[in-house]
Amino acid sequence: MQGNFGYSLSGQMPITEVLGPRVKNSLILASAAIIIGIPTALILGIITALWRDKFPDIIISTIAIFSMTIPEFISATLLILVVAIWLEWLPGIVIVSTDATFLELLPNIILPVIAIAMIMTAHMARMVRSSVIQVMASDYVQMAILKGVPYWKMVFKHVLPNALLPAINVVALTIAWLLGGVVVTEVVFNYPGLGRLVIESISNRDLPVVQALAIILASIYVSINLIADLMTLMLNPRLKSMQIRK
Amino acid sequence: MEINKEDKKNIINKISEVLITMASKPSGFIGLAILIFHVILAISSPWFVPYDYKAINPSLMLQAPSADFWFGTDSLGRDVFTRTALGGRTALVVTFFGSLIALLWGGLLGIFCGLVGGKIDDVVMRIVDAFLSIPWILAMLLIVSLLGTTTEVLIPALGFFYGKGIVRVARAATHDVIAKDYILSAKARGHNNLSIIWNEILPNVRDAILVEGAMRWSWMLLGFSSLSFLGFGVSPPTPDWGLMISNARGLMSFAWWAVIAPIVGLSSLIIGINLTADAFAKALGIDRSTKAPV
Repeated sequence: MQGNFGYSLSGQMPITEVLGPRVKNSLILASAAIIIGIPTALILGIITALWRDKFPDIIISTIAIFSMTIPEFISATLLILVVAIWLEWLPGIVIVSTDATFLELLPNIILPVIAIAMIMTAHMARMVRSSVIQVMASDYVQMAILKGVPYWKMVFKHVLPNALLPAINVVALTIAWLLGGVVVTEVVFNYPGLGRLVIESISNRDLPVVQALAIILASIYVSINLIADLMTLMLNPRLKSMQIRK
Repeated sequence: MEINKEDKKNIINKISEVLITMASKPSGFIGLAILIFHVILAISSPWFVPYDYKAINPSLMLQAPSADFWFGTDSLGRDVFTRTALGGRTALVVTFFGSLIALLWGGLLGIFCGLVGGKIDDVVMRIVDAFLSIPWILAMLLIVSLLGTTTEVLIPALGFFYGKGIVRVARAATHDVIAKDYILSAKARGHNNLSIIWNEILPNVRDAILVEGAMRWSWMLLGFSSLSFLGFGVSPPTPDWGLMISNARGLMSFAWWAVIAPIVGLSSLIIGINLTADAFAKALGIDRSTKAPV
């Protein structure tokens, strides 16, 4: 028992040194995908809910269902085939060293980010949509309509705060679930992040590294969920009073 | 408990009713049609494929689609049409029986936990929570790299791994039912736990568990094909879509047909199962759209 992760079996270096740059690269990838994905998902979710069963909803929902059901490696492979090979716009695979700087990563990272953000956005937009639809059908929204509150004011003041709160938890669970998808996407794009390390270390039977990865990935999952729980508790005063009454 | 004729008739009626409701909506109809097509394809493909799936022929490498080779040939000169037609068989069999196992153990354990409650329930649910916090891909990779990738290992491994989410659903559904008066009256009549589970709880939580199982099936297929794509699934030369995509990917710029054919096969099957599961949920009156894919 040393308190650190120990040494990697194959590379003969401390695991923290193996992990460090990988964690950084994966964080860049994940945060870029989240920064693009969450606002897009909110906007698309709200649009599809407000124009429910009309033209924009049908189009966006169909695309969303396709991009969330098709496996990550298929959408990523198709992206490479179309954007990198047929159109030749962007590099298809990442060919930089593990400790590349952010600027070196930049043109390479665009396709992986799109591939991850697409699936994430689709999942979240669908949840936001059904959550908004549920709130739109509730009594107090009907009341607000009857009272003559202007439509957009009603949407932003009455519907959205109540619709987005329950969505936070589900979004957190989805992000955590997508950790697995990130592994596959990194392999497809040859991206030097944690995901590829998972595959490499398991193929090499490098168990100390696998252990370290399991701890890291599980703690990411737990902390995302904890943050989501705390956020809902903070933003929703009703839950707080329920706790006290108990 | 013996199922008498009347009950049997009711079950058949209910199944056909659900199927008709599913097929009456366009998305459900398309989903069912795709699924049936894939099942028929998987059953009949060994009889009609034109070539041997493992016959390597270097002189026919990377041929473009033609009258002889409908979908072209891959980097080893094997016919892509043959391999694509056969490629879904393993995936369908493994994931179908895997989800049956998942349904069985997950459903039973969930109902049991919901029924007994107390300390046992707490302990089991914390263990399930702990398992949920490990990313599925890491857990699956560990299982197959330790136990191997034969079908006999993959079916129980996938079934075990994907069952833990069903435990939660079955437990929650049981909790909804358990406080109802008819359970109380069954207890008052002196029925034992087994009889209460079979006669009172199971009929009321069955729908929720079945819907969950249908969704698990599509996720399991996704997980299984991701494993084959990463090289941890079925071993070559067995044709499998995930494996074919991963092999043909490197030569995509010369031979796009070798990668497109398995992509179409796998995506259509997953979309078909998903649409069917969604229609199934709707036909039973369960809304799944607000749930996270855990």
